[in-house]
Amino acid sequence: MENITKPLILSSSPHFHSRYTTEQAMKEVALACLPAAAAGIWFFGLQALFVMILCIAGALAAEYLCRRIMSKPVTLKDGSAIITGLLLALCLPPAVPLWIAFLGGAFAIIIGKQVFGGLGQNIFNPAHIGRALLVASFPVQMTTWSAARGMAVDATTMATPMALMKTGAMSQLPSLGQVIIGQVGGCIGETSVIAILLGGLFLIFRRHVDWRIPTAYLGTVLVLTTVFGTVKGYGMMYPVYQLSSGGLMLGAFFMATDWVTSPVTKKGRLVFGLGLGILTCLIRFFGGLAEGVCYSILLMNILTPMIDRYTKGRIYGGSGKEGKPA
Amino acid sequence: MKYERKTFPGGTHIIDYKGFTNSLETVAAEAPARAYIPMSMHIGAPSRPLVEIGEEVKMGQKVAESQGFVSVPAHASVSGKVVAIHRMPIPNGRMVDTVVIENDFRDEWLTPPRALPKSDVEAMDGAAIQAKVLAAGVVGMGGATFPSHVKYVTPQDGKKVEIIILNGIECEPFLTADHRLMLEQPEKIIAGLKYLLRMMNCQRGVIAIEENKMDAFELMIKLTENEPQIETVVCMEKYPQGSEKQLINAITGREVPPGGLPIEVGVLVNNVATAAAIADAVEWERPLIDRIVTLNGNAIKKPMNFRVRIGTLYEDLIAQSGGVIGETVKIISGGPMMGFAVYSTAIPVMKGTSGILVFNEESHVLKRETEGPCVRCARCVDACPMRLEPTTLMKAAKKSDWARAKEYDITSCMECGSCSYVCPSLIPLVQYIRLAKQYVMSKDGNGAVNPFLM
Ligand code: SF4
Ligand code: SF4
Repeated sequence: MENITKPLILSSSPHFHSRYTTEQAMKEVALACLPAAAAGIWFFGLQALFVMILCIAGALAAEYLCRRIMSKPVTLKDGSAIITGLLLALCLPPAVPLWIAFLGGAFAIIIGKQVFGGLGQNIFNPAHIGRALLVASFPVQMTTWSAARGMAVDATTMATPMALMKTGAMSQLPSLGQVIIGQVGGCIGETSVIAILLGGLFLIFRRHVDWRIPTAYLGTVLVLTTVFGTVKGYGMMYPVYQLSSGGLMLGAFFMATDWVTSPVTKKGRLVFGLGLGILTCLIRFFGGLAEGVCYSILLMNILTPMIDRYTKGRIYGGSGKEGKPA
Repeated sequence: MKYERKTFPGGTHIIDYKGFTNSLETVAAEAPARAYIPMSMHIGAPSRPLVEIGEEVKMGQKVAESQGFVSVPAHASVSGKVVAIHRMPIPNGRMVDTVVIENDFRDEWLTPPRALPKSDVEAMDGAAIQAKVLAAGVVGMGGATFPSHVKYVTPQDGKKVEIIILNGIECEPFLTADHRLMLEQPEKIIAGLKYLLRMMNCQRGVIAIEENKMDAFELMIKLTENEPQIETVVCMEKYPQGSEKQLINAITGREVPPGGLPIEVGVLVNNVATAAAIADAVEWERPLIDRIVTLNGNAIKKPMNFRVRIGTLYEDLIAQSGGVIGETVKIISGGPMMGFAVYSTAIPVMKGTSGILVFNEESHVLKRETEGPCVRCARCVDACPMRLEPTTLMKAAKKSDWARAKEYDITSCMECGSCSYVCPSLIPLVQYIRLAKQYVMSKDGNGAVNPFLM
């Protein structure tokens, strides 16, 4: 044929791709973070925006340097460092000094990701590694809370709903409406339940996130807090406050569902969510900390390979439960 | 009307690109000046040439005899003179002995197909039908090209065919050959199904059509209204809905055991084109010498559905459609998910050729980016219709960990391509898995590849 001058391309099937790439997926995660980020800026002011910028800057700088030092291709383009930085910022207190935010972003990338070999190789959620390291290194700055815009409190430092519940001071809790829209003390992106849900449901709708993890996680917490609240006599609203306070919502939709560090099997994701719920409640009820989401996720991350191993599904036609006959 | 859409778990949605040709009536392609009849158009032993160079042959004359049981004869698709018998490439890249017939353009049949008297057809029993199917050289026309008569041997150890499914799914993007056949010759398909039912002494036939072909579905529903044994169902548009195992699961809820055959769960699946060829064979004693081929791809000026004589070269067909746009860089025989990239256009259309797709450098089908690291997104796991873990298999393959590959059921992979299609890191999962699979299977048994897994 006259229109062929070069040898035809020979490749084995499939010859087709969905065009949905990691880069695009990262853009969608960033988009999903927007409502929570915007709520953070609204309630905590421009300082929150600066924290985000510096976390991302730290993450990008660390990513760039690590790849250069290891003489590996620079992978800024895939956008995962931006996401790590942004997610980290969302779980930092708004008043955190900016240099700590920068450091946190760098920690997250270096210790959370690049020491393991880069994207896809890490065991732990990098953003949570960054946060955990900051909490260990700067305990004071990491637990200094500022009041959200429009809150009827004149103090600039105030207790978060989590801390109030920890001490059993149920009567001092903010109203449920405030908790839902995020007008409470807490981390930048963790306070507004409604904003997080908006982004989280978008991710589920886009099939970026499997509903199983957040559902199993939140469901387990709901059950356990109901039991605990009843035993302690904290009242009917206790589980609701537990669900909507602290890092739980952000953790359930954005952190626990991190692709790299959560199980790939469907059953495994249910087990993962269940384990998260149990650990979070144990820490919240009996631990020395008010909050348990970050550590639960890091702990469950360790178990991910094992969960995958033990939840291998039944293949088509495999032995086990037979398909239903017609 | 509302119909229940059937489907299987897993799979993925693929842009179907069928809009170019699904409403174009099939056009008879010109008979080729030379017809190239390969001796191996089916899975199994190649056929043996029955003619010699210089011999005159008539249309429909048997030019090759089946050798062994899993083999079929081949027939001349033109009348003329045998000018050569030599090896040439077929779509999957293999070199095969091929009988070359120079066309005299007289289209003289050996015995012109004529409708057998109705009473004769009615009187045929299963064995008689089966003999006709073998004599006509019918093979599975969905691409597997498994000799049809072999599928129909009376099953042993008391296994009975309870359901015969006609596969009108055509889930590969771009292809519309079966779609057109269902619209243009539905009666033939239904007749073919009835012969199949009679042959297998089976009471239940199901015609399965994907929901992107509702016109064909509604037509079939209407035509089978008064056929108590035949039911027409619509399946969800999803890849690979047309894969035999997935189709069986969608319709019956049953699952074929690994390495097993559909008959083990009492089912037989045939392509709609195969059923039409069977009707031709039984009612007209007409051998399989032509088929519908979709010509498409971004380099084709005028996408078409052609009725093509077997043995027509790809390049003849492309020229007839009005040529190509730009520089042709890739040609796929079959669909883009499971078809073969060919290295030449001097390749004959065979019994299993459902489409020819021609692409130029602008096509995004060709875009080849470098693979990234696995981000464990599990999209491949969710998409795998065999419910395997493609990511785990790929990693085992990369590490040459054959034990792991086997533990994760690598031999159940049917290379449907769903996992590679969805992977956001552009990892060519199927290529890795294919390699490991060949290794596992060769170490496993006697080195032979089980044709039923292909
Ligand atoms: S090619 Fe194999 S592993 Fe990949 S989706 Fe298809 S059956 Fe599963
Ligand atoms: S789709 Fe690709 S990136 Fe995602 S888990 Fe599978 S192999 Fe890994």
